[in-house]
Amino acid sequence: MTAHPQPPPLLSLVGVTKSFGTVHALQGVSLDVCAGEVHALCGENGAGKSTLVKAVAGVHRPDAGHIEVAGTPVYFSAPADAQRAGVAVIHQEPTLFPDLSVAENIFMGRQPLARGRRIDRAAMHAECDRLFARLSVRIAPDRPARGLSIADQQLVEIAKALSFDARVLVMDEPTAALSGTEVDRLFAIARSLRDRGTAVVFISHRFDEVFALCDRITVMRDGRHISTDPVSDLSMDAVVRRMVGRDVDTLFPKEDTEKGRTVLEVEVLTRAGVFSDVGFRVRVGEIVALAGLVGAGRSEVVRALFGVDRYDSGTVRIAGSLLPPGRPAAAMAAGVALVPEDRRNQGLVMELSTGRNATLTRRWALSRFGLLRRRAEEQAARFWIERLQVKAGSLTEPVATLSGGNQQKVVLAKWLATEPRVLIVDEPTRGIDVGTKAEVHRLLSRLAGQGIAVVMVSSELPEVLGMADRVLVMSEGRITAELSREEATEESVMHAATTRAMEVSG
Amino acid sequence: MSAPVGEAPVQRDGSGKPRTGRRVRQVRELGILLALVLLVAVTTLYNPGFLMAQNVRDLLLGATLLTILAVGQSMVLITRNVDLSVGSVLGLSAFAVGVLFVSFPGLPVPLAALAGVLVGTACGLVNGLLVAATRVPALVVTLGTLYIFRGIDHWWASGRQINAADMPPAFLGIGRATVLGLPVPALLALAVVLAAGWCLSSYRSGRELYAVGSDPHAARLAGIPVDRRVFIPFVVNGSLAGLAGVLYAARFGTVDATVGTGLELEVVAAAVVGGVAIFGGSGTVYGAALGALLLTTIGAALPVLRVDAFWQQAIVGLLILVAIGLDRLLALRTARRLRGGGSRGA
Repeated sequence: MTAHPQPPPLLSLVGVTKSFGTVHALQGVSLDVCAGEVHALCGENGAGKSTLVKAVAGVHRPDAGHIEVAGTPVYFSAPADAQRAGVAVIHQEPTLFPDLSVAENIFMGRQPLARGRRIDRAAMHAECDRLFARLSVRIAPDRPARGLSIADQQLVEIAKALSFDARVLVMDEPTAALSGTEVDRLFAIARSLRDRGTAVVFISHRFDEVFALCDRITVMRDGRHISTDPVSDLSMDAVVRRMVGRDVDTLFPKEDTEKGRTVLEVEVLTRAGVFSDVGFRVRVGEIVALAGLVGAGRSEVVRALFGVDRYDSGTVRIAGSLLPPGRPAAAMAAGVALVPEDRRNQGLVMELSTGRNATLTRRWALSRFGLLRRRAEEQAARFWIERLQVKAGSLTEPVATLSGGNQQKVVLAKWLATEPRVLIVDEPTRGIDVGTKAEVHRLLSRLAGQGIAVVMVSSELPEVLGMADRVLVMSEGRITAELSREEATEESVMHAATTRAMEVSG
Repeated sequence: MSAPVGEAPVQRDGSGKPRTGRRVRQVRELGILLALVLLVAVTTLYNPGFLMAQNVRDLLLGATLLTILAVGQSMVLITRNVDLSVGSVLGLSAFAVGVLFVSFPGLPVPLAALAGVLVGTACGLVNGLLVAATRVPALVVTLGTLYIFRGIDHWWASGRQINAADMPPAFLGIGRATVLGLPVPALLALAVVLAAGWCLSSYRSGRELYAVGSDPHAARLAGIPVDRRVFIPFVVNGSLAGLAGVLYAARFGTVDATVGTGLELEVVAAAVVGGVAIFGGSGTVYGAALGALLLTTIGAALPVLRVDAFWQQAIVGLLILVAIGLDRLLALRTARRLRGGGSRGA
């Protein structure tokens, strides 16, 4: 790589703003990406990276501001417009057609034509072979895309980008599911594209990769552009500080509690390919946070210990007695409650009434001769609904009519009604407004004070730092750090969360 | 990034690996063909009269309507939709043609036929617009229009029946005419199959139908006009159901408001047996046509084999389960084989 001359940047965002309802996903973001550079985009979950990518891809139209390609303003009303302008995007989620051949996936909508506008299949396959040769890989053009590994799917996407001479290539977390050698191959391809004058935008949570591959780093936070600097001027710590730099305020009314004896004990819990050697203890009155990036395996661990998912080896003990694997009913009987992450699909029966949902976990205790007693059910529901101050018009309305925060409280009510000793909450405040967040936090804190052991899975650093007595950080299926409340800082947690598990174990 | 430097020589797939994708598809259609041949062979052994020219002609004629409908239905199924209203559309078109001849006895036959097709097109237009514009699942939309079109038919007919005497002999002749010993309607159906198959495999818009059915979200990202690609198959399917209605009227000569009742499920069955995936993205109209031929042949063979007619539906049902089971098995085997052979660094 030689020093860049200064032509107009290939891709520019000028004051791009995008809101979804009341959520401001992008607020006046400006950004230049030059020919022949790999430009990293860093930020926490929800910082607006993916929204930015979708604006560039023509999926979202900016509310304000505009995008320029090679100095010319462009207005994308559909993904096809972005392609025509030479912008290729490799999205986080797969975008291949599993039933169609690899060649058709690459050329869909742009197939080479023979006489009479007929598709020239031979030319298409030859061109496909040529693209893969350029990438130094071999994938049969006429095999179906179904069954391709993630790495090969990405190669197909890259070949697609090459096929329409993309000048700008955006890769949204391409390495998340790749092995070491696959990452190396992807990087080699990215570098060769860069050297041929393509502008590459690279999004990754792994700082080692960002620093190894990229020329400049842009940091985003809360939908805003924070900084853009050459890699040589930055340290990992500086990037982390910019990513998380915000105030941790009274959103987190953490009370000091009396810590009692150990009630939950997890030892060398392993599920091949998902998490391994996970061990921790939680004491009465304690709030322990499981921190880490999305996909680090935190939800999988708590689901396994509750018995929803299986695990291959390891033990879970509640107050000293072994919990049988794979049996949620046994876990519930032992006093474990799991408030799942996805409350719409897993936590609530949306069509049932608020009252019914709140008492769903206790339907046997509330019934006589196998029939639910309506009176008892209503009393139990009312007790918890009032205690958690759920704002519900009536107990008989479907729970779907409640706001997100109140729905979350109903889920909590449902599990608190079982009077658990261990309460596991997965992303307790996702999608909840700030005011309600504080209420949920106050509730968790109070529950800990009443002698419940709380395990909280959270991707929100301020929440982790504000609420937890202890922080366990996971990365790629392993616990990479255990930090006390005093040790836990944004930097230390982020650092542990982005460490590759290999470095810790090896 | 134009004209890459140092291009590596084009590598043909010289490893001798079978070109898996196409082979599986061929196997799938060969399977139906095999079942068909087997059925005909067994039946002929039992009763050599089964393969007599007249009987074969009747069989082909009988398969005509189902084949045409199965072709249209396949195009809709491929885009991950379904059209349940085809039976009603066929009935409406058939009745419209009859009424035209009653009202204008001197009407030229091609004009009446065209009118019947256009009635179907209009129905397809309604279905397509409702599905593409409102994004309501096609299952629900076409279940609704199934009853609506049938209702219109009943209201229009108000108990009337139109008989062969009301239709010109030239029109009724279509149902009986043969070219080189083959019935004209069957040749028409063959033309429809070949034309649709050609469009689906060789034109961009045809391939885009598969893309939409394979993954609608990815299709949108790939810049495919998804709504239009969902809309057009409904219109084509409506037109083909209209054509089938015209052929029905020409062949049977007697039309009332109940024509085509319950046909929709048989059509879907033919397509599914023929290897068209109910969740879109794969299958060919050739397979669907073979499926239609197979179902019709079963209907004709069972009486010859002295199997009780009551069993016919059970056998069709069994065939659907076998077809789906076979697809699943093939998919699993392909997936296993494909996982083995991914890309290799050159």
